[in-house]
Amino acid sequence: MASDAKGATSFEEGLKGASEKVAEFHEDKGALKRLQTWLHQTPSAVPMIVLVIALIIFGVLSENFFKATTLSTILQQIAIVGILGCAQSVVVLTAGIDLSVGAIAVFSSVLMGQMTFRYGIPAELSILIGLVLGTAMGFVNGWLVAKVKLPPFIVTLGTWQILLASNFIFSANETIRSSDIEKQAGALQFWGQSIQPGGVKVLFAVFLLIALVAIMAYVLRQTAWGRHVYAVGDDPDAAELAGVKTKTILIQVYALAGFFCAIAGWVMIGRFGSVSPTASTGQMGNIQSITAVVIGGISLFGGRGSIVGMFFGALIVGVFEMGLRLVGTDPQWTFFLIGVLIIFAVAVDQWIRKAAA
Amino acid sequence: MTQEPILKGRGLVKRYGKVTALDHCDFDLYPGEILAVIGDNGAGKSSLIKALSGAVQPDEGEITLEGKPIQFSTPLDARAYGIECVYQTLAMSPALSIADNMFMGRELRKPGIMGALFRQLDKPAMEKFARAKLNELGLMTIQNINQAVETLSGGQRQGVAVARAAAFGSKVVILDEPTAALGVKESRRVLELIRDVRSRGIPIILISHNMPHVFEVADRIHIHRLGKRLCVIKPGDYSMSDAVAFMTGAKLPEGVTEAA
Repeated sequence: MASDAKGATSFEEGLKGASEKVAEFHEDKGALKRLQTWLHQTPSAVPMIVLVIALIIFGVLSENFFKATTLSTILQQIAIVGILGCAQSVVVLTAGIDLSVGAIAVFSSVLMGQMTFRYGIPAELSILIGLVLGTAMGFVNGWLVAKVKLPPFIVTLGTWQILLASNFIFSANETIRSSDIEKQAGALQFWGQSIQPGGVKVLFAVFLLIALVAIMAYVLRQTAWGRHVYAVGDDPDAAELAGVKTKTILIQVYALAGFFCAIAGWVMIGRFGSVSPTASTGQMGNIQSITAVVIGGISLFGGRGSIVGMFFGALIVGVFEMGLRLVGTDPQWTFFLIGVLIIFAVAVDQWIRKAAA
Repeated sequence: MTQEPILKGRGLVKRYGKVTALDHCDFDLYPGEILAVIGDNGAGKSSLIKALSGAVQPDEGEITLEGKPIQFSTPLDARAYGIECVYQTLAMSPALSIADNMFMGRELRKPGIMGALFRQLDKPAMEKFARAKLNELGLMTIQNINQAVETLSGGQRQGVAVARAAAFGSKVVILDEPTAALGVKESRRVLELIRDVRSRGIPIILISHNMPHVFEVADRIHIHRLGKRLCVIKPGDYSMSDAVAFMTGAKLPEGVTEAA
């Protein structure tokens, strides 16, 4: 060993007198670079800035904008999209996508209604059944993604159609009228109730949305499970080797998304009063929730972003819709601007991800 | 050696379709030693390591740890037995912090109700531990233990991965090419760390292409060729060029005949 060992280390003698410091950072402290790094660490900052700017602009353009009633209406209108956004957020964080959120929500609301009105089950129990079945639908998505290893896009494209069709078949296209629900099953409309401090109506659903966002923000940031969700979205192979049960996490994430969608379905009954299998959420819920997620700065490539960002994203959409209506423009401008925002948000995401390099 | 091997493999076979990566391979790791595994590209080193660390399941053969037969269906199983591995790919989540990565899959929870009921992570404790381990390694001057791993250089990432394995490995530490991405100084620190881990009585499996490093730290060298163990040599008995000749098939060690 003697001669070899000498040969092995002799070249390192050149290190004598070299700096003892090892691999230090030489940070480029340019303003733009620092902004990039900051945004990298604070993913919900971009949507928050956009939201504040939008609020200021609409506040200047329309004197009615900063009225409590306007703001409470905005919150009211984003309640359902926001809850679907919570579902979409956890899925997108795992680098997946869930196109079936709207379908699960509508089908769950129909199931809740029909359990009571067709089978005579007490409303509270019907709600529970609806929540369980919604979770089960999400579980099927997760099982297909994790165990059968199908791409999430394809799985949920399929279940979207399957669930929506099942919804129409099961309900026989029947709408349950608001007045009937009010008389016989008030619990179904629970989230449509409101408190009115100083005459400003705030729906229970708004509090529910805020509570869900707060709970999920805590779960994703402060628990091991939340960290694992990020790790799975970031690099599933690395997560697996590092000891994360990636398949279990994926199934749990889709099932949780299904649960949130069922909650959204319950909220829909409160918000619309009636149970309708043709509610537009079935078709539009997916796109709206994905829009909120993307504008909220959650990366479609997974592992990056925060649920608070999604909340801001949903708010931005609500503020644009309301603000442009108050200003009196053609409503198409809303969609035009939201389209621009989506592209802007993804471009910013790409730029922020370069901070890593 | 008269001791019993701490980690032993017998007749391990792993096939991927028509390719046989492990062909009735034997393996022995004795307590307190540094065993280097060398071999040409495609010789099956990685498959062997993955079988020992639970990342793949051998089709045939038996692995025993401290004399007891064991079967790992996931890396998590192997970790539960105290076998830690640093993979070539490092197995880190780039967007997560150093502390998050070090504790991935074995997070610490806060004591009391916050941890038990609300499952809250004990971030301060995890950060303190991670910082202590990195300082111990002395591999880097990390400014912020909460910075994302992707903001680190390749060498620093490797350092974090090595620190993670060294911190948690209680029975066996496996290092797959730990110095491949490192500069001269950083490599030196990793080699010191390897010796340091051995001095704590934990045996190490070191996979490397770097002959000077292998000959410097290894107690024994397992030469892998064509999916099986060709021979085990002591670095003092042979030169580096002999070892290279064995692993490439240019020369056969005494007493070994190679089929085919």
